Amino acid sequence: MSAVLPAAEPAPQTPFRRFLEEFFESKLATLGFAVLAAIVLVALLAPLVAPQNPYDLGKLDLLDARLEPGTKGGAGMTYVLGTDGQGRDMLSAILYGLRVSLYVGVVSGIIALTLGALTGVLAAYAGGRIEQFVMRVVDIQLGFPAILVALILLAVLGKGVDKIIIALVCVQWAYYARTARSAALVERGKEYMEAARGLGLSGTRIVLRHLLPNALPPLIVVGTVQVAHAIALEATLSFLGLGLPTTEPSLGLLIANGYEYLMSGKYWISFYPGVALLVTILSINLVGDQLRDVLNPRLAK
Amino acid sequence: MTVYVLRRLAQTLLVLFVTSGLVFGGLYLVGDPVEILVNPQADQEERARTAAALGLDRPALEQYWIFLKGAFTGDLGKSFVFGRSALEVIIERMPATLELAFLAMVMSVGLGIPLGLYAGLRPHGLAARSIMAGSILGFSLPTFWVGLLLIMVFAVQLGWLPSTGRGPTTEFLGVQVSILTWEGLRYALLPALNLALFKLSLIIRLTRAQVREQSLLDYIRFARAKGLKRARVIGVHLLKNILIPLITVIGLELGSVIAFAVVTETIFAWPGMGKLVIDSIFQLDRPVVVAYLLVTVFMFIMINLMVDLLYSALDPRVRIAEVKS
Repeated sequence: MSAVLPAAEPAPQTPFRRFLEEFFESKLATLGFAVLAAIVLVALLAPLVAPQNPYDLGKLDLLDARLEPGTKGGAGMTYVLGTDGQGRDMLSAILYGLRVSLYVGVVSGIIALTLGALTGVLAAYAGGRIEQFVMRVVDIQLGFPAILVALILLAVLGKGVDKIIIALVCVQWAYYARTARSAALVERGKEYMEAARGLGLSGTRIVLRHLLPNALPPLIVVGTVQVAHAIALEATLSFLGLGLPTTEPSLGLLIANGYEYLMSGKYWISFYPGVALLVTILSINLVGDQLRDVLNPRLAK
Repeated sequence: MTVYVLRRLAQTLLVLFVTSGLVFGGLYLVGDPVEILVNPQADQEERARTAAALGLDRPALEQYWIFLKGAFTGDLGKSFVFGRSALEVIIERMPATLELAFLAMVMSVGLGIPLGLYAGLRPHGLAARSIMAGSILGFSLPTFWVGLLLIMVFAVQLGWLPSTGRGPTTEFLGVQVSILTWEGLRYALLPALNLALFKLSLIIRLTRAQVREQSLLDYIRFARAKGLKRARVIGVHLLKNILIPLITVIGLELGSVIAFAVVTETIFAWPGMGKLVIDSIFQLDRPVVVAYLLVTVFMFIMINLMVDLLYSALDPRVRIAEVKS
């Protein structure tokens, strides 16, 4: 980690290096970042790391169903986090579930960021009636809570990974559009924009190469928070039975599956996927909080 | 002012119209309610009869037109499942949701403002830091999972509070309310706490940010310099000014609590509108889903409008800006 370089060694002050240094100043944010990196890594490597392929029905043993954490199963395998109603190793199910949750959160975030940022920046650049119309739509949509909009969309679209991504994109684009517009409005008045126009560059080039990169920092901040939101929202919708199909259980679906066993005290089927979800969201939020402080020009030292 | 309100109301109609079209069109494409409603052994003829009775044999556009005509007279169609007016079914469930939302807001405001005030006034103390760390946790905890934990701890392990359902109700101003008796309140405590947790964190953070921002301003220094007691400076001068933005957020959050009740009601089997709409989505009870969405969207827009009006009434600067435009 370049951030913990001793201060005696004067590093060249590139903006990126300064950013890294400021970011890792907070212990909490560093911890959040480390945990998040670990989570992403194990989720990506789930097929290699997981003790069992939770979707290979041939490997599951119904006799091992609902075992408590730490019990040894029939085939000699120890279930560290217990097993679910079908004898599935919970640890493996959680690792695979993390994959689905992260995938849905990140993909929907990237699409929403791209769509929203383009809309917002173009609205700011175009001005006039177009800007008014776009921002009116954004305002109206942001007036409704995300869960209501997602509920409407999923009631209409049905289940599926692609469907939930569409729903999450529709929910989130407006946040990015609003942020991108206000950032672009600030940038629009600056001198380099005038210089770009004075050089006779085309509108597309000005927007894509000059305006957008400079409007990016606030978008990144909103982006981290939104990915955490998206993951939580997907889990909630899947828990309600509206999101993902049971063939690709995300963390939310795992928690829902454990719900029926909760009353009989078999807590681990719901509990551990929830812990995984919580730790994921918490670490993203910690990183996001620090990013906001570091990238905020008002708080700059 | 009047023009502003009228324009907003016209906008409301437009939004309702678009939502109804979107939802109606979408639901028409998803699955056939007749399949769910009739007995699986029913023959073709009986299916056709059911479809005709519900008006499902007509073309989609005609169905929508009939719906729109009805909607203007306050008739949002008949529930396929209950066989009664969909609006009636929803309004019947509304008090349960509203009392839950009300209790949750009371909890989050009642705890959130004092905690946020404290954290803002002594930002570097241990207590303030713990409050803030707790609020990040509250933000990150998935609501539905917390609901499960609450049931697990307080209902299953400790057995202090009932896990699901709504308690006995009493009539209050013609509405069935459960939180006025202790027995009824016991049922409402866990779901309301569940619903309040996220809002509580939000209000804590917001109050703290406001306090920190405002306490640097001149009017606070001036009040101090005048030799006013600390309690008066905080309780009157500071609180008045931080309340303006807070009221806006609290108002908007009231709407989002009503929407989020969908989750909490499902976990705690609370018989409100939220649970009704989830059940209706699964049963393809199209009229109830459409009616729920229209009612909620309408409530939402009204809340937003009232918050805006309240805001301009509370903050003189907003009023001046409006006159100019």
